[in-house]
Amino acid sequence: MPYIPLVEHLPGITGLLEYSKDTAAPIRELTQILLRGPSTLTEGERELIATVVSKGNECKFCTAAHTAAADVLLGEHETSEKVKQDISTAPVSEKMKALLLIASQVQKGGKNVTAALIDAAKKEGATDIEIHDTVLIAALFCLYNRYVDGLSTITPSDPDFYQSLGERLFKYGYNRLPQGYDHLKKNGVEQH
Amino acid sequence: MAHIKLQDGLPGIRGPMAFSPQTAKPLNALAEVLLRDDNNTLTRGERELIATYVSSLNDCFFCQNIHGAIAGHYLDYDINKIDAVKKDFNATSISPKLKSLLSIAASVQRGGKNVTPEQIEAAKNEGATDKEIHDTVLIAAAFCMFNRYVDGLATWAPEDRQFYVNRAKQRAEEGYIDFDLYNVSVKS
Repeated sequence: MPYIPLVEHLPGITGLLEYSKDTAAPIRELTQILLRGPSTLTEGERELIATVVSKGNECKFCTAAHTAAADVLLGEHETSEKVKQDISTAPVSEKMKALLLIASQVQKGGKNVTAALIDAAKKEGATDIEIHDTVLIAALFCLYNRYVDGLSTITPSDPDFYQSLGERLFKYGYNRLPQGYDHLKKNGVEQH
Repeated sequence: MAHIKLQDGLPGIRGPMAFSPQTAKPLNALAEVLLRDDNNTLTRGERELIATYVSSLNDCFFCQNIHGAIAGHYLDYDINKIDAVKKDFNATSISPKLKSLLSIAASVQRGGKNVTPEQIEAAKNEGATDKEIHDTVLIAAAFCMFNRYVDGLATWAPEDRQFYVNRAKQRAEEGYIDFDLYNVSVKS
């Protein structure tokens, strides 16, 4: 049960963002820029960074949500599963491996990012902007994961929930839906 | 040396913010609403103290010093009293409600799942509202982001702690949105 009163039809992060819309606005804007804005990293690659960090923070809701978003963007399930298991053997570019390793260290703490990890990413062609964005995406998900779990939000167990959430994130990104979220209510039962 | 090419002489988060103005805007907007919005029953000083404590637990030198100095400015605490809160807030004269909120913030810093129903109950027993608990968790989570942004890029920060104390009044007054990112009177 959540520690504060949140609407029942919006589990995980969405209920929190609707509970506190004035703090949600900049969080949404930041996420939209980082994960959907112009970038030399693909949207799928950026969702993989979010997935790996959420997994490192053991946030089940965010891990499942961003795995689903990555899968929709990449058109397959294998890559997201493999990066969660072992970055070094996952089917991603050497540059992405280097960036995902940086993200994993940011998850543990900023000071864990070593010059050697940065050099390795640069040798694989990572630009300063890509390194900057990787660090900030990883840091942002350290916020999200703690927000979601720190207030004990509901984590749905039905895989269909995450599938439809992943599709929503693919279609609409991270901006608040113009029509709000009342359409997700159905006879008081969570709709998927 | 920072991990990416940042402008010389901009301390802490100012370097990455100058590097990426587009992401700086919502980052500053979040800090403003969380730490300075007047529609809040936690004082600005109390909120800055939560930010300071989490930054201290994350061992982020820049963040704990600038937010500690701003908290000190609002609360009329000197640097020793701020340090005492960081070292053992239970042994200080802060209110029981703020102690219960700092305890929640410390759990958030270690990871969201560490916050227990008992900690929430204790905060409510001291009079904390749902919104105050929400804001405490989000301030703590936000500083787990800011601290990682600052240290994950190996930014430069002045070592002299008085530098932050000297700037606190001005930083408190100008806030997190309408300030000149480049107005820093210090040499790297």
